[in-house]
Amino acid sequence: MAAIVEQRIQTPGAQFWRHQNLIERVEAPAVIELDHIHKTYTMGDVEVHALRGVSLTIREGEFVAIMGASGSGKSTTMNIIGCLDRPTRGTYVLDGQDVSQLSKDERADIRSQKIGFVFQGFNLLSRTSAIENVELPMLYASIDSQERQKRAKEALAAVGLVGREQNHPNQLSGGQQQRVAIARALVNRPALILADEPTGNLDSRTSIEVMEIFQRLNREQGITLVLVTHESDIAEYASRVVVFKDGRIKKDYEIENQRDAGEELRSLPPIEEDDEE
Amino acid sequence: MNLLAIIRIAYRALARNKMRAALTMLGVIIGVAAVIAMVSIGQGASASVQAQISNFGTNLLFVSAGAQNVGGVRSGTGDNGTNTLTEDDLQAIQREVPSVSMISPMVNSRSQLVVGNQNWNTSIQGVSEQLPGIRKWTIDSGDFFTESDVRSGARVIVLGQTIVDNLFNGMDPVGQSVRVMNLPFRVVGVLGRKGQDPQGRDQDDIAFAPYTTVQKKLLGTTRIQVAYVSAVSADATYTAQVQIGDLLRQRHKLSGNQPDDFTVRNMSDVAEAANETNSIMTWLLGSIAGVSLLVGGIGIMNIMLVSVTERTREIGVRLAIGARSSAVKKQFLIESIVLSLTGGTIGILLGIAASLAIPMMLGWPTLVSTTAIVGSVVFSAAVGIFFGYYPARKAAALDPIEALRYE
Repeated sequence: MAAIVEQRIQTPGAQFWRHQNLIERVEAPAVIELDHIHKTYTMGDVEVHALRGVSLTIREGEFVAIMGASGSGKSTTMNIIGCLDRPTRGTYVLDGQDVSQLSKDERADIRSQKIGFVFQGFNLLSRTSAIENVELPMLYASIDSQERQKRAKEALAAVGLVGREQNHPNQLSGGQQQRVAIARALVNRPALILADEPTGNLDSRTSIEVMEIFQRLNREQGITLVLVTHESDIAEYASRVVVFKDGRIKKDYEIENQRDAGEELRSLPPIEEDDEE
Repeated sequence: MNLLAIIRIAYRALARNKMRAALTMLGVIIGVAAVIAMVSIGQGASASVQAQISNFGTNLLFVSAGAQNVGGVRSGTGDNGTNTLTEDDLQAIQREVPSVSMISPMVNSRSQLVVGNQNWNTSIQGVSEQLPGIRKWTIDSGDFFTESDVRSGARVIVLGQTIVDNLFNGMDPVGQSVRVMNLPFRVVGVLGRKGQDPQGRDQDDIAFAPYTTVQKKLLGTTRIQVAYVSAVSADATYTAQVQIGDLLRQRHKLSGNQPDDFTVRNMSDVAEAANETNSIMTWLLGSIAGVSLLVGGIGIMNIMLVSVTERTREIGVRLAIGARSSAVKKQFLIESIVLSLTGGTIGILLGIAASLAIPMMLGWPTLVSTTAIVGSVVFSAAVGIFFGYYPARKAAALDPIEALRYE
């Protein structure tokens, strides 16, 4: 874990942000800059305008929840932010680099280097141990075997899964599987972690546990987080909420009383869910 | 990203589903094993013919009555054909062809030998006293019969070891009497043991008597169908073949455009004919086995296609976390090559095992062919690439967003 922490601290912005936490947010460098993003799909003869001019800046160290009903454009925004898709018009600058018109392979490289994904359905490889799942992004990033092992172990430790390295997904609870997925997203030291409905398949207690990890990563390591959710109570764990409607940003506000998942967990009656098995 | 990493990824993916991998390989395993086993049967037959031929001696020629080499209908086995080789012809060959050292007619009679209350059915060959020199027989005890035995048509016989073993119970047969078709023959000698020929036939189950005796007493004919001729050296066989041909045409008064009424063959002709048959057999067997290899390849393609569909989400995840589509394509291609090559390797081992087991179980000679092994490896790799390419391309073409949403 230490390595990841160190790396984060060495980033000047993160350090700055860490010290100036509540006062000087605006000064932190932007990780995501969406400028008048349009996305149009052609379905048969019909043109569908999924995004109609979205401009959004997310700075380093922010924890942003993106909300909106289905069809509001939040998934499309998510895909564009995640470099899985390209905007029809507009520019997208990720971590200082214009990525709006990159080719398929260039976007794959960007995803490998700068973005960590966490999905609703965990999407771990079955019949593959936790540690091998976490190693996967590093295989594609051509990181050597020793370093892979070391980083994967650290990442699993960071999400509280020490001793579960060799477990296969079917030997882990939903919450644990999602934590493996978070470790996998962390391991290439991305500029940004994108979580698409990460609590959608989890019960409320496990959801809080997962949010606790996100908050901890965000606070302690200054990791920039973008979370897509349709549950407003989950969005309250973030520091900022962006609400989409009809392909536009409808609301964009700071959360005054950010929920603290760690505190909530401590106040819940203890269960031994995590350490049985 | 380097190929080694992709190979590792492919191996891990295969290791996750060992049962499926094993079943996929089965087609290639059977295909390759079949190709190797079939080709080694063919090659074994070839080699055994070769060995037999070299066993005969490279300076051996056959002269036979009738124009067997004239194509089509004139097989030359009618009355005309079979009478065209006479004792005088043979004597003339010996006398007038300098490249010929020895000559012996061969008339064959399959008869029963009786000693006391024991009997044995064997091949009695009527030959001249020169046969042991031509066919390289040694004499164990007694002597081979002499020229005067041949001239007088004496009822003398030389026995092979198998006959001695079966009729004489350890007694020395030399000087004893053997009855053939109720005629007593005096045993003058016993042949040295030759053992089995390369095709597993017992070469010692044979008896020799003067051809004059066999013709008159056993067959009741004066025909000579075949004669063994020994050239002075292996290099002289071709000369001998031509000279014998010229002499016989002259003696038979054949004019320029009349076809030969006899056949002179040397062992390399015989070898060539036998090889041709064998290589046709080898190709036939090999291609039938090759079809099963092809079917195995199609099996791989099937499973890979199913696998691409089944693993759509996995592919989506790989693409999302930073795999280029070329890496996904290579992964699937390598998976299929690994399947076919591993299958191929197991198939080679099985094929070699089968090639070693066949001679023991069926008694057929086999010869494991390096060409077949190399060919199978190349072919199974080709199968992997060819049948893996389409599914791999399909996998690489997936859109990560769609693939991640796939249920």
